[in-house]
This record gives sequence, structure tokens and C-alpha cells, in this order.
Amino acid sequence: MPVRPHTGLEIDGFTLGEKLHTGGFATIWEVTHPDQDLHMVMKVPTILDGDDGPTIVGFEVEQMIMPRLSGPHVPKVIGIGGFDVMPYIVTEKIEGGSFLAVFQQAPLPLSDVIEIGARMVAAVADLHRQHVIHLDLKPENFLQRKTGEMVLVDYGLSRHDQLPDLLAEEFTIPMGTYPFIAPEQYLRCRDDPRSDLFALGAMLYALATGRNPWGTPQRLRGVRKRLWRDPEPPRAIRPEIPEWLQEIILRALSVDPMRRYQTAAQLAFDLAHPQQVTLTARALKTRRDGWLQVWDRWRVMRKLRRFDAPVSVAAQLASVPIIVVAVDLSPEGERLAEVLRAAVKRMLTIEPDARIACVNVIKTARIGIDQGTDDQGNNLHVMRLVQLKAWAEGIELPDHRLTYTVLEGPDPGLAIIDYATANHVDHIMMGARGYSTTRRYLGSVSAKVVAEARCSVTVIRLPEERAAA
Amino acid sequence: MRFAILTDIHANREAFAAVLEDAATRGAGRIVVLGDVVGYGPDPGWCCDKVAELQGRGAICVRGNHDNAAAGAPEPMSPLARRAMDWTKARLSEDQRAFLGRLPLVAEEGDALFVHASASNPEAFSYITSDTRAAPSFRATGARLIFCGHTHVPLLASRDPGGVVRQQEFKANLPIPLLRSRRWLAVVGSVGQPRDGVAQAGWALLDTEANELTFRRTPYDVAGTARKIRAEGLPEELAARLLTGS
Repeated sequence: MPVRPHTGLEIDGFTLGEKLHTGGFATIWEVTHPDQDLHMVMKVPTILDGDDGPTIVGFEVEQMIMPRLSGPHVPKVIGIGGFDVMPYIVTEKIEGGSFLAVFQQAPLPLSDVIEIGARMVAAVADLHRQHVIHLDLKPENFLQRKTGEMVLVDYGLSRHDQLPDLLAEEFTIPMGTYPFIAPEQYLRCRDDPRSDLFALGAMLYALATGRNPWGTPQRLRGVRKRLWRDPEPPRAIRPEIPEWLQEIILRALSVDPMRRYQTAAQLAFDLAHPQQVTLTARALKTRRDGWLQVWDRWRVMRKLRRFDAPVSVAAQLASVPIIVVAVDLSPEGERLAEVLRAAVKRMLTIEPDARIACVNVIKTARIGIDQGTDDQGNNLHVMRLVQLKAWAEGIELPDHRLTYTVLEGPDPGLAIIDYATANHVDHIMMGARGYSTTRRYLGSVSAKVVAEARCSVTVIRLPEERAAA
Repeated sequence: MRFAILTDIHANREAFAAVLEDAATRGAGRIVVLGDVVGYGPDPGWCCDKVAELQGRGAICVRGNHDNAAAGAPEPMSPLARRAMDWTKARLSEDQRAFLGRLPLVAEEGDALFVHASASNPEAFSYITSDTRAAPSFRATGARLIFCGHTHVPLLASRDPGGVVRQQEFKANLPIPLLRSRRWLAVVGSVGQPRDGVAQAGWALLDTEANELTFRRTPYDVAGTARKIRAEGLPEELAARLLTGS
């Protein structure tokens, strides 16, 4: 490499300032450019003389993947430098800094664990939507924007499932950060987005308990143990952790990827709907499994060579969609609600693993404070929830795949759209009311949702409408 | 600039025309033909004239082993290819055969090299079917990008900064960034007789501005070409393999 980075170095118009960080594989520098007002940083790989294949290829992977990413959860790429002079990547500087400091204060108050966890999961969900599996999620790789969004950095081990995997044959040992690496990564699988969900589970565990689920192994042997050894249940370390949170954390940490959350969106959904998390034996565990059980698992796992990986990231995301069904519970909407329920059942035959989130909107006045009770003093919210559950009974889906939410807002369309966005929803199903006078004056809720929602929307109409038209 | 890189057209008019149309809609400003314009297929004359016309309008064209044979050179061939070649020669005019014989073996443009088979010894027409077989081409030229055909099976290999040549997996119809830190070799598949199990014309789109390569597949009237092969009395295997792309 002809040029090494130093303060004052000028390259492609960038001027290097202070060195901000020295890591194992790279250094980070503050840089300026006459055409850029942004605060920027430059990452330069530390390439040792001689054979340093993995560092070089890891940096090539970053140079290949990062320019293809967009949105608030990734740093914006400003410039890239080739290996002929000095390889580098210049990105915007994320002012909030690394999340490591927050992590070092763990255990955190539970409300913080949930709130921070949700933001971390949102960032990973966004990355997976862009076909990228990070494969090295750890506290240092989560930065925070001033606006609160988590930003994921360091794509040196990542996999873009639409691009060649330059790292496929580069490593002879599993790569990743030992406390957080998933069992299948230990087995050198590089194409399962659920590996990132495992790492998220390990970080949630650490935030909630102040410990890593398997400590801080220094050697691969220590990593391998997680294929059969279960971690201490979080509630055994910190009893005030609610059962539902233990359920979420231990599910994310399942050894077999099939038993984990299948998408980041599903994990986010449970964090956002704690009352509706279905508790299993996991939630109630108070101690680690006995040696006989562990020994049984060891006998199976020590011979295991791989877990089944999904066909692609996109296929994995598509196989377990979250479908919001917006139900109109008014007397005029009764027939339409029935037809909608039949449509949902048909949808479940083609999306057998879908999760159905039933929502109903209580329309509130634009101005002033609404009464949460009706004239008879009944709580409207509770009444609607009961009605919504009664409506959903006919869907015949197990409880853990059905949730019920009553939303409130002056604009029902907007309430549905906001809910769908916040919960990484894949699909909205709803009915469209007929050509009534009210609709002509008030506008159609479904039309607004179709026009403005960011996911697919299916609108159901009454068969009788066809005759009327 | 976008280059549409086509190879192994093999006298398949339907596939050739479909790819040219697809390439035009995807903004390809320059056509590259990596040889084997004729052989196997039922429309050698039309394909030959089309390539000559494209060359007249600036296309880059190199010669393949079937073109060589059509021009009269003694190329080693399988009995099946030989039968088709005898049929082909009889249907080409003197001018058409001379045109094919005059095509160069290698062409270069910018940082790319175009050749029908291995760049290491272009006249030998060796098959590039793996990373080990791609390695000699990287040694034979300094070009950053090498494009070839001949095997009828798309393949991508790269030579990393440390000099290691590895085959890379890729997905069709999705752009691949050609990282400047390494050199790349692409076997672009076959327009007129794909053999990778996909019965669609294979070609590649190189975008030099974005520095990306996309292996593309274009559907064409396979049944129509197969019918013509049968009607001309060419060997049945040649029709059957088009239908399965094998």
C-alpha cells in the first residue's frame, strides 16, 4: 500500500484530521472536504505487510455493500478509495456515538431495555429488508443518531444475498464476535438472517441482566458450548424481569434458527405488544437445564454440521409476514366484516405462517378531549377489544399468532398507516364501504390507506356491490 | 456507457433478435459479440448478416471456433457439431464465410478484453469452467475485465488483491459491482444454446459508469427455433436441448 493515513494527508480532496479510533482491523479519522458541509469520518483498513487476505477482503465487502444501503439506519457513504493508493470509506459522522457506553451501564431499567431493544431491532429489520445480513452485531456496531435512530456500522463480515460472497472461502475458522455469534455461524453458515436475531437476543439478555448469556469466551471451544448449553434464565439473575421479556429473550436465543423469531419484524412486534406475548415453559424457567438434558443435547449437537438456511433473505422475510386486518365493527359494517374474515382465512391458506394483527380504530374528535366512555359509562376501548376478539374467533388461528389492538385517532386511515409502519407490517387487509353518501362526504378510509401505506394493501368489497355498480 | 455482451449465438435468430431488443430497452449503446455466430442453429445466414451489420455500426466482434470452422479452418469437433457444421457451411455464401474468417480473435476496449474462450491462448479455444481454468487468462492479460464465452454456462471469477483467483456465485438479472480492487472474468453464457438448465437466452450487460455487470436472461420463442431445426433436418438433439436449456 503506497500511502498510509496520517493527520494532514490529502487524498481525493479529503483532508485527514484527528484519528478518532484505532481498532483491530482499521483506523477511523475525522475528515473534511471543501465540497461537503457534513461531519465526516474515514475508515482505513490496517493492512499488514504480507498475507492479510481476510482484512483486505473484509474491506472489499464493506466497499461493495455500503454504497447499496440507504435510509436512517446506515451511515451515508460519501467516498470510496481504491487499493491502488489507499483504500478507504468516507461516511457521514454519526454524532451520537457508539452504544458501547450504554451497554457498559447494564443492567438497565427495564423500560430502557425494551425501548433500546426496539430501536436496535428496527435497525436490523431495515437492513434485512435491504437483503443484508450483518453477521457481526455487537454494541460497538450500533451508533445512535441525535434523532434516536440506531445506525449499524462495520459491514466487514456481512453478507448481501444478491451479491457474490467474497468471504465465502476466505476464513478457515468461524468469524464474528464470540459473545454474540449464533450457533449456525459457529458452523460457518453465512446466509441466515436469523443469525442476527440471535445476536439481538444476546444483547437484550446483556442489557437486561448485565451479563452475556455465555460469558465472554476467548476461544472457539467456548463458543461451541452454546450449541447444547442453555444460558442462565434472565429472571434467575434479575427477578423483576417480566416473564414475557424472558420469553422474548430466550426465544431469540434458541439454538435452532427455526425455533427463533423468524424475522426482526416479529421480534419487534412482540416487544411492542408485551401483553400479547404467548408464554411458554421458557418464560417460567428459573434455572438452567439439568445435566442429563444438556448431555442429551450434546450427543445430538456435537455431530451437527449445519442447520437449514433459508433460500434468501427476502424469501425468509416473505415467509412469515405480519398482516394487519383493519376491522370495521359498526353495525353497517357487519356484513363487510364477515366477508373480510373469509378473505383472511383464504389468505392464511397461501400464507400459512402469517401473523394476524387485528385492529379497530376509535375515531376521536379533531379538537378537544374525547370521552373514553360512552353515555352509559362503558369503557369504549374495552368494548371494542371484546368485539374484535369475538370477530377474530372465526379465523381459527392459535393465540400466539393473533393480536388485537384498538387504535384511537381523528383520522382512521392515518391511524392504520402509522400502526403498520411502526410494526414493520407486510400487508394490510381491510374492507371498503359501499358508495354511501357518508363516504362521498368524508372520503374513503381504504383509499387513503391504499394510497399512503408503505406495504401491500388488499381491499375487500361486498359481492353485492358489483350488482349495484 | 452500457455494453451488451453476447456470445455463442449459434444461428439462433429468435434468441439473437430477442436479446438485441432487450439490450436496446435496457439502454445498451454498444454491442459486443464474442464469437460462435453460427453452428448448431437453423439461421446461420441471417445471424451472420446481422453481426456484420452490427459491426458496421460499431459493434465489437471476435471469432469463435465454429466461425473458424465455417470459414474453412480444420477445427476439432464432436460428431454432432460436425454434422451441423457441414449443413451450415452449405448455407453460407462465400462472403459470409469470409466475414467470419476475418473476425479477430481478441479485441480490447478501455480496461476490458474480449475473447471467445481462454485469453491465455485464444486459438486453442480452451473451456473456462472453474477458477483454476480461469487463472491462466488473468496471467495472460493485464486487462481488468475479461469477457468470454465458449462453455455456454455463465461463470464469474475474480482475482483478489493477493492474486488468488476464485469463482463467485451470483444471481441472474441482478447487478454485480466489479470492485476495482480486483480483476474480473465473466463467461457470459450463451444466447443461442444455453446449457445451464435455463431455456432463455443468456448474455451480460456491462455498465462502465456504474462499474456493474448483470448476467441477464431473455425469454425467446424456443419452440419456434426448435421447429425450424426439425424442419431443416438438423439432428433432433439440437432441438431438444434448446427446449430444456441443457
